[in-house]
Amino acid sequence: MALDSKVPEGVLADKWTKHKGEIPLVSPANKRLLDIIVVGTGLAGSSAAASLAEMGYNVKAFCFQDSPRRAHSIAAQGGINAAKNYQNDGDSVHRLFYDTIKGGDYRSREGNVHRLAEVSRNIIDQCVAQGVPFARDYGGLLDNRSFGGVQVSRTFYAKGQTGQQLLLGAYSALNRQIAKGRVKMYARHEMQELVVVDGKARGIIAKNLVTGEFERHSAHAVLLCTGGYGNVFFLSTNAMGSNVTAAWKAHRKGAYMANPCFTQIHPTCIPVSGENQSKLTLMSESLRNDGRIWVPAKKEDAEAIRSGKLHPNDIAEEHRDYYLERRYPAFGNLVPRDVASRAAKERCDAGYGINKTGEAVYLDFAAAIMRYGGEEAHVKGLKNPSDVEVKALGEKVVEAKYGNLFQMYEKITASNPYKEPMMIYPAVHYTMGGLWVDYNLMTTVPGCFALGEANFSDHGANRLGASALMQGLADGYFVAPYTVGEFLSTDIRTGRISTDSPEFEAAEQAVRERTEKFITNNGTKSVDFFHKRLGKIMWNEVGMARNEEGLKQAIADIQALREEFYADVRVLGAANGMNPELDKAGRVADLIELGELMAKDALERNESCGGHFREEYQSAEGEALRDDENFAFVSAWEFTGIPAEANLHKEELTFENVELKTRSYK
Amino acid sequence: MDLTLKIWRQNGPQEKGEMKTYPISGVEQDMSFLEMLDYLNDQLINEGIEPVVFDHDCREGICGMCSLFINGEAHGPGRKVTTCQLHMREFKSGDTIYIEPFRAKAFPIIKDLMVDRSAFDRIQRAGGYISVNTSGNTIDANAIPVPKENADKAFDAATCIGCGACVATCKNSSAMLFASAKISQFSLLPQGQPEAKERVLNMVHQMDLEGFGNCTNTGACEVECPKGISLENIARMNRDYLFASLSSNK
Ligand SMILES: Cc1cc2nc3c(=O)[nH]c(=O)nc-3n(C[C@H](O)[C@H](O)[C@H](O)COP(=O)(O)OP(=O)(O)OC[C@H]3O[C@@H](n4cnc5c(N)ncnc54)[C@H](O)[C@@H]3O)c2cc1C
Ligand code: SF4
Ligand code: FES
Repeated sequence: MALDSKVPEGVLADKWTKHKGEIPLVSPANKRLLDIIVVGTGLAGSSAAASLAEMGYNVKAFCFQDSPRRAHSIAAQGGINAAKNYQNDGDSVHRLFYDTIKGGDYRSREGNVHRLAEVSRNIIDQCVAQGVPFARDYGGLLDNRSFGGVQVSRTFYAKGQTGQQLLLGAYSALNRQIAKGRVKMYARHEMQELVVVDGKARGIIAKNLVTGEFERHSAHAVLLCTGGYGNVFFLSTNAMGSNVTAAWKAHRKGAYMANPCFTQIHPTCIPVSGENQSKLTLMSESLRNDGRIWVPAKKEDAEAIRSGKLHPNDIAEEHRDYYLERRYPAFGNLVPRDVASRAAKERCDAGYGINKTGEAVYLDFAAAIMRYGGEEAHVKGLKNPSDVEVKALGEKVVEAKYGNLFQMYEKITASNPYKEPMMIYPAVHYTMGGLWVDYNLMTTVPGCFALGEANFSDHGANRLGASALMQGLADGYFVAPYTVGEFLSTDIRTGRISTDSPEFEAAEQAVRERTEKFITNNGTKSVDFFHKRLGKIMWNEVGMARNEEGLKQAIADIQALREEFYADVRVLGAANGMNPELDKAGRVADLIELGELMAKDALERNESCGGHFREEYQSAEGEALRDDENFAFVSAWEFTGIPAEANLHKEELTFENVELKTRSYK
Repeated sequence: MDLTLKIWRQNGPQEKGEMKTYPISGVEQDMSFLEMLDYLNDQLINEGIEPVVFDHDCREGICGMCSLFINGEAHGPGRKVTTCQLHMREFKSGDTIYIEPFRAKAFPIIKDLMVDRSAFDRIQRAGGYISVNTSGNTIDANAIPVPKENADKAFDAATCIGCGACVATCKNSSAMLFASAKISQFSLLPQGQPEAKERVLNMVHQMDLEGFGNCTNTGACEVECPKGISLENIARMNRDYLFASLSSNK
């Protein structure tokens, strides 16, 4: 099948308005005859379900948590971008568009990204109208902060809990429609199969996680708003339940997976402390504004620190290596995420890591504390303040800025970041890859749409901070509610979709058999045992640095792991009733298949771009070498049975409005 | 460290439950409380015993999914933390730890330590929103300035994670702290004013229907609330409620 991105013709800035105007309308009377399933209630799903219901469609929404309000979006910390230019610092729709394309290392679609930048402004208006309590200044107007990779201040925030406040806003809009009876909400339900009838997505098989029952739900269109798949690495900053099952089931039914290997590894996370760790915790990007990143310049010092014989505060300034400032003098500690992560790995691999595992670097606030303290002392008119006084004043300022993060850090590590530098290391955070979608956000299965982190659309090979929340709400509030109309306008005479068809029967049967298989398997190892092993393979071979040999090995190892998993996994308990182990088994089974495809995708992309770094393609100084001549395309994979044998379809990327350049932060 | 865990096991909503004892060794100080339970579950699976069921997701104190009554306290010892943020360094080798579900009539047990808190969703649905369509064609976000103090207070109320610790802690199983936080967020903002009266009446009504108890001003909820939601919100809600009932023509 030829991939048609369906990006409208015409001038970039007019495409969306023109397209919206041309989408056939569905009359209110006909909307009542159309059913839509929305899987997922994060920012993308909640906003889509609420908007579609408000427009008059019948909506059923699903999530696996006990409440829609607990979707993983709730955990987002730093903020949401919008081209409002309230700070009058030269921001504009075009600048946000350009920053996003460049930040993504020129691997995203111009048309989609421009639309995102356009609607970003409405998002903030909408959220404020809903009562989202964004941070404000003393004049009562909205405040902004800066994020990495850009030169303007366009990030709106609600302390370190922006995702929570945005999701509660979308949840309230959803609740309003549930109360009106226009959305039927199914919490603690998991989609386990997509049902395709006559080539169109017509429903899902969902498991009621409380009773264990399988339910058939039909609709005229299915929207997957099911989030990212970072948990394929076992350890990530994602919530424990985040998984790929919904997207993977769609993939198996014909939806292509795009750029699955594009993974964002966030540079500032709390390092792994032990074998029993279940997840990693992010320390927000905003910390890099004030923290300086370093490792000891001398290997002996690093060794002495690792063995507990030396304290970081005792290493003299000249024996510290502020390697980001050294390598990238222009951007210093504020280089984009992918660059910062690789640089940390490079130092640790070379033997300069500073915790017992050798995989951590320092994020140091001592200089910032003294600097702020000095300013405060000056403001207060203190003459010749002592270092102790200055430090105390500085700590107050830092506490006001980052208090909740410092406290979180101390709770987890039992170390006080005001007194000694934080230890950080990169961790898996976000997946740019996802289901391939066209301009209308429709996958290659007609009627099956993908929104939010679940699709691949806007961030290319590297996402900028504070842009995922923007994209989720853009897709859900302002894009999909219109673009589904194009597909549904042909369906107004279809009538209700029956759940008695052979397709529903077969889909349900498949789910029952999978479940039965796990319950009766009588293996010897827990699901986590396999998940952890998958994570190790992925992290070592498909993580921050990849090479041909390692990727080939990863494919072989994952295939062997999959066989072992099915032969030896042990799931106790029954199929009926609540059984989280059983549900986890199904999710891990899909993550194993996905891991294999990610390795395949990484193997085929013979260039380094954004989060995808192939060791063979780097400059003498270790910088990424992108290959626009041969790889300026989206890799869209078609499932054929074995993930590593998927068919590759290429969507060539054309750039008419920006010039392709090498990203340089030197 | 070596611990003795006493854990509530209950196979289903209608079944009888009981405390079961599990000795466990090899627990590390750096483990979080839930990682300790993962570790136990892995051992139980190896022994062919069904793992303990408990709710959790984000594991960083923000989703409100984790619960647990640990040694008689909601979210265990320590203030302003959720169970998932509790670390084993708070305990010492040889300790016996009692782990029970959040108990309240309005929170029926689903299995083991997992309870049904959907009553909270229903309270929210009764009015926890501002009736604005999602077209995006509203007024500019900066058109109505909001005094910083009110904005900050609204934010503080809005940080409630809906965990239910307040209910589990309250001897009357009252949901006043939760409901008042949700109502206050809107009543402190200009956007929330047009529906303020209806909102407080409807949400309080729903709270009563769900079978939550009355508030007798003991204040235990505020102490155990992981987000430090203040009792001030209850006072504000009571004022709003009184005013709304007096002036409502319903
Ligand atoms: C710690 C952290 C901090 C972050 N901070 C920021 C930030 O400051 N700014 C920013 O822009 N981005 C941030 N991000 C990224 C951002 O939060 C996510 O990309 C975004 O919230 C994803 O939203 P979503 O709606 O696509 O999916 P999610 O919020 O992940 O929601 C997925 C939904 O799908 C449901 N679901 C999944 N599978 C199934 C199934 N099979 N059946 C039924 N339901 C299913 C889930 O129940 C859930 O409701 C952060 C991410 C993390 C991990
Ligand atoms: S008020 Fe506090 S204890 Fe009660 S639900 Fe909200 S966060 Fe939990
Ligand atoms: S698991 Fe999310 S708050 Fe504890």
